[in-house]
Amino acid sequence: MYKVVVPGDFISETVSRAGEGTYVEDGKVYALRYGIVDERGEIKVVALSGKYVPTEGDVLIGRVAEISFPFWIVDIASPYEARLHMSEFADARGEKIEFGSMNRYLDLDDLIVAKVMNVDVMMRIELALKEDFNLRSGGRLIEIPYTKVPRVIGRSGSMIKMLKDKCNCFIFIAKNGRIWVRGREDDMNLATEAILKIASESHTSGLTDRVADFLDSFRREKRRG
Amino acid sequence: MKEGKEEIELIKEGKRLDGRGFEELRPIKIEVGVLKRADGSCYFELGDNKVIAAVYGPREMHPRHAQDAKMAVVKFRYNMAPFSVDDRKRPGPDRRSVEISKVSREALDPVIMREFYPKTAIEVYVEILQSDAGTRTAGINAASVALADAGIPMKDLVSSVAVGKIDGEVVLDLDAMEDNHGEADMPIAMVARTNTITALQMDGRLTKEEFERGLKLAMSACHQIYELQRTALIDRYSESVEVGGE
Repeated sequence: MYKVVVPGDFISETVSRAGEGTYVEDGKVYALRYGIVDERGEIKVVALSGKYVPTEGDVLIGRVAEISFPFWIVDIASPYEARLHMSEFADARGEKIEFGSMNRYLDLDDLIVAKVMNVDVMMRIELALKEDFNLRSGGRLIEIPYTKVPRVIGRSGSMIKMLKDKCNCFIFIAKNGRIWVRGREDDMNLATEAILKIASESHTSGLTDRVADFLDSFRREKRRG
Repeated sequence: MKEGKEEIELIKEGKRLDGRGFEELRPIKIEVGVLKRADGSCYFELGDNKVIAAVYGPREMHPRHAQDAKMAVVKFRYNMAPFSVDDRKRPGPDRRSVEISKVSREALDPVIMREFYPKTAIEVYVEILQSDAGTRTAGINAASVALADAGIPMKDLVSSVAVGKIDGEVVLDLDAMEDNHGEADMPIAMVARTNTITALQMDGRLTKEEFERGLKLAMSACHQIYELQRTALIDRYSESVEVGGE
């Protein structure tokens, strides 16, 4: 059973192993967040809620919020917005983008997959485009709290592999809690329901099996009806 | 404290008007995560007080010029609903609400790790739905829980209660009748774990000895309240575990 802690709860006296979500005071490790203690390696408190703050190297799904030459301002489901410089696009296509024509490449509300290249002290976030797959058509976006992403992926990817197999969908999970699902309409509906179920029950054990049962029973119902 | 008010016996046969002992808290009820749209929330009852706290953030701070480049800015708004009191309270901030908002914010500030989210705002809204004295203490208690629910990094929870003096006796957790006709009212807020006081106000007169006795009483009550706050937060996830898994 997972142990839930609140801010200020005493966790351990092994100060050397204090990790994320904890703080040290007078030789003791305390919880900094409302979450679940993980003492397997470093002593961490995995937050149950909170806002996503990007770090370099994160791959996320963003939505164009503003066009402000020479940048696209991108909403990344964070208290901070990010920027994508137009040279990102020009490099890929060998063209020069004129003022006023940026929207021909990326328009407001377009979704992009991007990598966080830099986060500076002033919280200016620079993105670089990743064009591994198309986010424009034939799929849908699901948003869950970023804290639940590891659960949707599962240990060594066990959960997401099962979702992809049983729902027969392309599923991409971004660090900032945004998930792109592509497949047939009813398959996407099933995947969406499963993902939201995982997010709401992420703190329970035996979840992978329960979700597998849930998906199987759905399939059985479909075959009968 | 009003001078020349009608004489009322607040203590009859060693008990208070509602039957409580001198060192007894009113019944408390705490519910976590009651608002779907807020990042964190808490419904809190203290006797007949009913308050709801909502936390939004960290989120973009407006106005831009008030941003702090190094840390989050905590905003706190205490407000009484017009229907929360006997005589309708006109909507909008008044001097009292503005003061309570400031004191409450300062009570929570010391525990919030604001450095984690520079340039943002963490907004706390406390709405008093029904008032029976002690609303600011209920508000701070609710706000602490709501902040934890929102995932705001904090060193500790903050707990709050008021003590006062009625008919010459130092008592815990005054209700409206006792507050209106008593001789002193002293709300405090503190971190239970470290016994650090983060807010302390007083209205009325207490001798040094009464003050020290009252403070000790309040601090011990804060420990009780802390346990209730903690239990509410822990149980919220334990309950689901029983329902959902093995």
